Amino acid sequence: MSRRIAAAGSVGLCGLGCLFALAYLLSGPGSITFTLPFGLPGTPIVLALDGLSGFFLLLLMAVGLATSAAVLDDSGNCEATAPFFPALLGAMVLTLLAGDVFVLALGLALMSLAAFALVLTCHEEPEVREAALLYIGMAILGTVCLVLAGAQLASSAGWDWRFAAIRAHPPEGWRAGLVLALALVGAGSKAGLAPLHVWLPPAHAAAPAPVAALMSGAMTKVALYVLVRLLFDLCGPAQPGWWGVPLLMLGAGGAVLGALRANTEGDIKAALACSTVGNMGLIVVGLGLALAARGADLSTLASLALGGALLHALAHGLFKSLLFLGAGAVQHAAGSRRLDRLGGLIQCMPVTTACVLAGAASLAALPPSPGFAGVWTLFQAVLGGPRIGGFGLQMLLVLVAGLMALAIALGAAAAVRLVGVAFLGRPRLPRAAAAEEAGRPMRMALIGLASVSTLVGVFPGAVLVLVGPALRRLLTTDLTNRAGLLSVVPQNNLRGYSAIGIAVLLGLSAALVVLLVRQRATPGHRVGPAWDCGFRAPPAWLPFGDPLTQYGGASFAQPLRRLLGTALLAASERVDTPAPGEVRPAHITVEMRDPAERGLFQPVAAVRARLSAFAEIIQALTLHRALALMFAALVLFLAVVALMEPF
Amino acid sequence: MTVLLGLASLVVHVALMLTLAPVLVGCIRWMKARLMGRVGPSIMQPWRDLLRLTRKLPVLAENASWLFRAAPAAAFAAMVAAAALVPGFALGMTTAPLADLLVIVGLLALARCTLALAGLDTGTAFGGIGACREMSFAAFAEPAMLLIIFALALLAGSTNIDAIALVVREGGVGSRISLGFALVAIVAVGIAENGRSPVDNPAAQLELTMVREVMTLEYSARHLALIEWTAALKLLLWMTLIATLFMPFGMAAPESGPLVWLLALPIWWLKLAVLAAMLALFESTIAEMRVFRVPEFLGMAVLLGLLAVVFLFVSQGFV
Amino acid sequence: MGPLPGAGAIADQLAHLLGGVVLVLSFVLLYQRRLSAVIDTYAMQAWVLAAAALWQGWVQDSLALYITGAITVGTMGVAVPIALRHIVRRQRIHGTVETMLGIFPGMAAGVALVALAVLLVRPATMDSPVLAREDMALALSVVLLGLLVMITRRAVVLQVVGFISVGNGLLLGIVGVRGIPLVAALSMALLVLLGAAVSGVFFFGIHERLGGTRR
Repeated sequence: MSRRIAAAGSVGLCGLGCLFALAYLLSGPGSITFTLPFGLPGTPIVLALDGLSGFFLLLLMAVGLATSAAVLDDSGNCEATAPFFPALLGAMVLTLLAGDVFVLALGLALMSLAAFALVLTCHEEPEVREAALLYIGMAILGTVCLVLAGAQLASSAGWDWRFAAIRAHPPEGWRAGLVLALALVGAGSKAGLAPLHVWLPPAHAAAPAPVAALMSGAMTKVALYVLVRLLFDLCGPAQPGWWGVPLLMLGAGGAVLGALRANTEGDIKAALACSTVGNMGLIVVGLGLALAARGADLSTLASLALGGALLHALAHGLFKSLLFLGAGAVQHAAGSRRLDRLGGLIQCMPVTTACVLAGAASLAALPPSPGFAGVWTLFQAVLGGPRIGGFGLQMLLVLVAGLMALAIALGAAAAVRLVGVAFLGRPRLPRAAAAEEAGRPMRMALIGLASVSTLVGVFPGAVLVLVGPALRRLLTTDLTNRAGLLSVVPQNNLRGYSAIGIAVLLGLSAALVVLLVRQRATPGHRVGPAWDCGFRAPPAWLPFGDPLTQYGGASFAQPLRRLLGTALLAASERVDTPAPGEVRPAHITVEMRDPAERGLFQPVAAVRARLSAFAEIIQALTLHRALALMFAALVLFLAVVALMEPF
Repeated sequence: MTVLLGLASLVVHVALMLTLAPVLVGCIRWMKARLMGRVGPSIMQPWRDLLRLTRKLPVLAENASWLFRAAPAAAFAAMVAAAALVPGFALGMTTAPLADLLVIVGLLALARCTLALAGLDTGTAFGGIGACREMSFAAFAEPAMLLIIFALALLAGSTNIDAIALVVREGGVGSRISLGFALVAIVAVGIAENGRSPVDNPAAQLELTMVREVMTLEYSARHLALIEWTAALKLLLWMTLIATLFMPFGMAAPESGPLVWLLALPIWWLKLAVLAAMLALFESTIAEMRVFRVPEFLGMAVLLGLLAVVFLFVSQGFV
Repeated sequence: MGPLPGAGAIADQLAHLLGGVVLVLSFVLLYQRRLSAVIDTYAMQAWVLAAAALWQGWVQDSLALYITGAITVGTMGVAVPIALRHIVRRQRIHGTVETMLGIFPGMAAGVALVALAVLLVRPATMDSPVLAREDMALALSVVLLGLLVMITRRAVVLQVVGFISVGNGLLLGIVGVRGIPLVAALSMALLVLLGAAVSGVFFFGIHERLGGTRR
C-alpha cells in the first residue's frame, strides 16, 4: 500500500516537474537563484536554476515519471524499500537545484544513501549484498572527492561556498589541475566512466528493474551534470585546451570496453548496465572535445560537441530506462533475467517486445532513432575536430573516431543479441513459454517511453533548441542557426541530418515495397516445420526442441569474444573433453575479467586487505603487549615535547 | 523548375537502381563463368529467378513471428531509401540535402540488423550462426568505413555526398595518395559488407561461407525474392557509391536537364561495368578466407584508412 | 626526352602514388606469413621503387636516376630475390613464418612509426612545398618499418629482407630529392647492394654456426 502511495505521488510530482522544466527552457527567463532562510551557520542555503540544470531536470523528470509508473505495477518486488524511491528522486532534484557546494554535497550524499537502500531490496542474495557494498564504497569515494574539489574551488574564492562567488574567482595552475582530477574521479566514478565503472554492472543488475532504470537513466546523468557544472561553469571559461585530452582518452576506452562487455554478459540487466558504461564513454568524448575546442576559441565547434553530448545524454536516458523496464517485465513474467533461460517471448509478450525493439534500435544507433541523432552530432563534432590543431591532438581524434565507430558497431551487435536471444527464437525453458504480458502500468510506462523516444528521434533539432540556454550559459554560442525543427547542420551553409526527411523517405520506400508485393506476388502463406537443412522432430520430453540447438547469448558472442575479448577482457576458454569411452558430455568454461578490475581494483583491494591485516594485529594484542604499546606511545610523545623545547 | 528536375531525376534514378540491380548480379555471374571457362547463365537470369519466386507460395516456420514476415520488406525499404540517397548519374536530386554518408551507413546497418533479427527468429542454428558472424564482421567494417569518411570529410569539409563529389570533380584535391588509400580501403569494406569472396561466397553455404546465405535460410517465395533483390541492390549501391565518391567525372551537374542525363547515363553504366569486371576478376582468382582471418582483412582496410587520414593531415598543412 | 609542360602536379602525384605503394608493401611485410609470398612482396617493392626512380628520372630529365632505377631492377628486383629463394631451398626452411607480436599490435606499431616519421620531418621541411614533406615522410616511414620488420619477425630470411627494405627506404628518399648527381646516386645504390650482401652472409652465417634465431 505504501508502495502505491509513494509511486502515485512520484508520478504526479514528476509530471508536474516535466511541464515546469519544459516551460522554463522554452520561455528562458535566464538563471533564477533563491536563498533559503536556513542553512549552515553563517551561510544560508542557495538554490539555483539555469539552462543546464533545467535540461537535466527535464531528463530526470521524464525518466522519473516512467519509472514511478512502473513502480505502481505489481511486478517489481519493491515493497519493503518503496519509500526510498521518492527520496532518491528528491535527492537528485536537490543536486540539480544546488546553488552552492554544501547543497550539492548534501544532495549527492542523500542520493547515494537512497540508492544504496534501494539496491539492497533483495538483500537475501549474497551477490546483491556484495554489489551494494561495492556501490556504497565507490559512492563514498566519489562524494569525498567531489567535496574536496568543491572545497578547493571555495578556497580560491575566499571560502565562499556559493556558485556565484566561485565563478568570479576561477582556480588557476596546479589548483585547477587538482580540481580536474578530483572531478574526474568523483563525478566520473558516479557516472560510470572507465576505469572507475566496475561497480556499475553488479549494482544495476542487483537493483529491482524500475530502480535500475532510474539509476542508469537518471542517476548517471546527474553525475554527468556535476561534471559539466564543475569543469565548464565553475572553473571558468579560461581553462587550457589540454583538459579535453584525458576525457577523450577515457571516454573512447570506456566506450569500447562497455560495448564489448555488453556483448559477453549472460544476464540482461548486467549487459544493459555495461552498455550504459559504453554510452557514458561516448558522451564524455563529446565533453572532452568541447573542452578542447573551447580552449582553442572555436566556440561553434565546442557548442556542437557539447550539444551532441547533451542530446545523446537525453536519448540514452530515455532508451536505457525503456530497456531496463522491459527487462524487469521479462524477469517478472518469465522468472529469470538470464539469457539462457528465455526465448520466444515475442509470442506471449507482444507489446513489451515492440517497445523493447524501439529501445534496441536506439541502442544500435539506427536512423531515425534518437540514439542515431546523438551519435551523428558527436561524429560531426569529431570530424570537425582537426581544426583545433596540433598533430598529437589530430592523431588522437582519428583514433577516437575509430574507437567510437567500433563501440557503436559493438553496441548494435549487443542489441541484436539481447533482443534476438531473449525475445525471438524458441523458448529455452517451459517457464519462458508460460510468460504473460506485463501489467497495465508497466505497459503504459513502456509505450510512453517508446513514443517520447520516437518523437525525440524524429525531431532532434527541437532537443538541441532546448539545450540552447545551457550552451549560451557555458559557451556563449548556441546552435540557433544550425538546429531547427527539420534538420541539424554542423555549420552554416552545410547540409546535415534531417531526421524527419529520412523518416518520410523510409515511409515512402515501405509504401513502395508493399505496393510492389501486393501487385506482383502470390498472397497468403503456408505453415510448416522449420527447414534448418533437415531438422529432426524433437523428442517428446523437449516440447520446444533442445535449447542447445539454438544460438544463445554465449554462442552469439563467440566471434567477438575470440577476436577482441582475448586481448581486452583476458577471455579464455577451457574445453573439458571426455576421454574415449566415457559417456559424459563435454563442458566448456569461459572466463573473463574486466581489465579495470584486474588493473585497478584488485591491487587496491589487496592493499586494503594488507592494511586491515596489520590493523588486526594491533587488535589482537595480549595485555602485556598493549601496555607496552601505550608506554611506547607515551615516551615518544614526551620525547617530541622535550625536543621541541628551546634549549 | 529545379524542384521538378530534381524530383524527375530522383524517380528515374530509383527506377533504374531497382531494375539494374539484378542485371548487375547477372553480369558478374556471367563474367565469372566465362573467366572459368564455362558458358554461363544469361544476364537476365536473376530477374527470371525473382519473378519465379514471386509466383510461389511461401512456407513459414511454425514459430515464426510477425517480425519474420515483416523483416524482408523492412530491409528492402531501408535499402531503397539508401539507394535514393546515393546519386548515380545526376547530382542535385531532391534527396541531395539528406544524402549524408553517416546516414547511409546507418540505413545499411538498419537493413543488416533487421535481417539478423529475422535469422534469430526461427530459432535454428543456421540463422544464429549467420546472424552472429554478420554482426561481428560489421563490428570491424564500421571503423574502416568511418576512417574513410573522415578522410573524405577532411577533403571536402562535409559528409554530404553531393558536396564531396563536387569537390573531387573540381580536382582541388591536394593529395591523390590519400584518395588512393581510401579507394582501396572502401573496396575492401565493400567486399566484406556485400559478402563477396574472399569473405563469403554468395553461391554456397559451406562452413567457410556461412554468413549471409544461411541467415536467410528459412525464407521462401516472395520473402526470398525481396531478400535477393535487397542483396543485389546493396551491391549496386556500393558500386555506385565508389563511382560517385572517387570517380565523379561525367555526372550531370545540379539543375541540368534531361539531355545531359542522357549523356551521363552511359558513363555511369560504363563505370559500373568496369567495377563489375574488376570484381569478377578478383573473385575468380582468390580463395575463400578462414572466418577468423576476416578481421585481418578488414584490419588492412582500417590501416589504409588511417594512412589516408595521416597523409591528408600532412598535405593539408595541419601539421 | 623530357616531361610535358604543365605536367608538374600530375607527375608529383604519380611519384607519390608509387611511394605510397612502397609503404603499403612494407606493411604487408609486417604480417605476411608465407615465405615465398614474403620474397615476392620484397621483389614487388623493389620493382615499384625502380619504377619511381625511372619516373623521377623522366620528370627531372636526370641520367643519374635512370641508372639508379636500372640498377635497382637488376640487383634488388631480380638478383636478390633469386639469391634468397636459392638460400631458402638450400637450407630447406619451412614454408610459413610466425610473427612475434600479433597482427594488430604490429600494425598499430607500424602506424605509430608513420606518425613519428611525419612528426620528424616537420621541422626540417617547414619551408619546402607540401609534396616534398610527404616524400620525406614516406621514405622515413619505409626505413622505420624495415627496422620494425627486422625486430618483430623471427625468421632469418625476414630479418635480411627487413634490413634491405631499409635500404629501399633510403633509395626512395634519395630518388625524391631534386638534382642529385650521378656519382651520389650510383654510390648509394651500390652501398645498399653491398649492405644486402653483407647482411645475407652475416645473418645466415650466424644461423648456420650457432643454430641462431628460431625459424
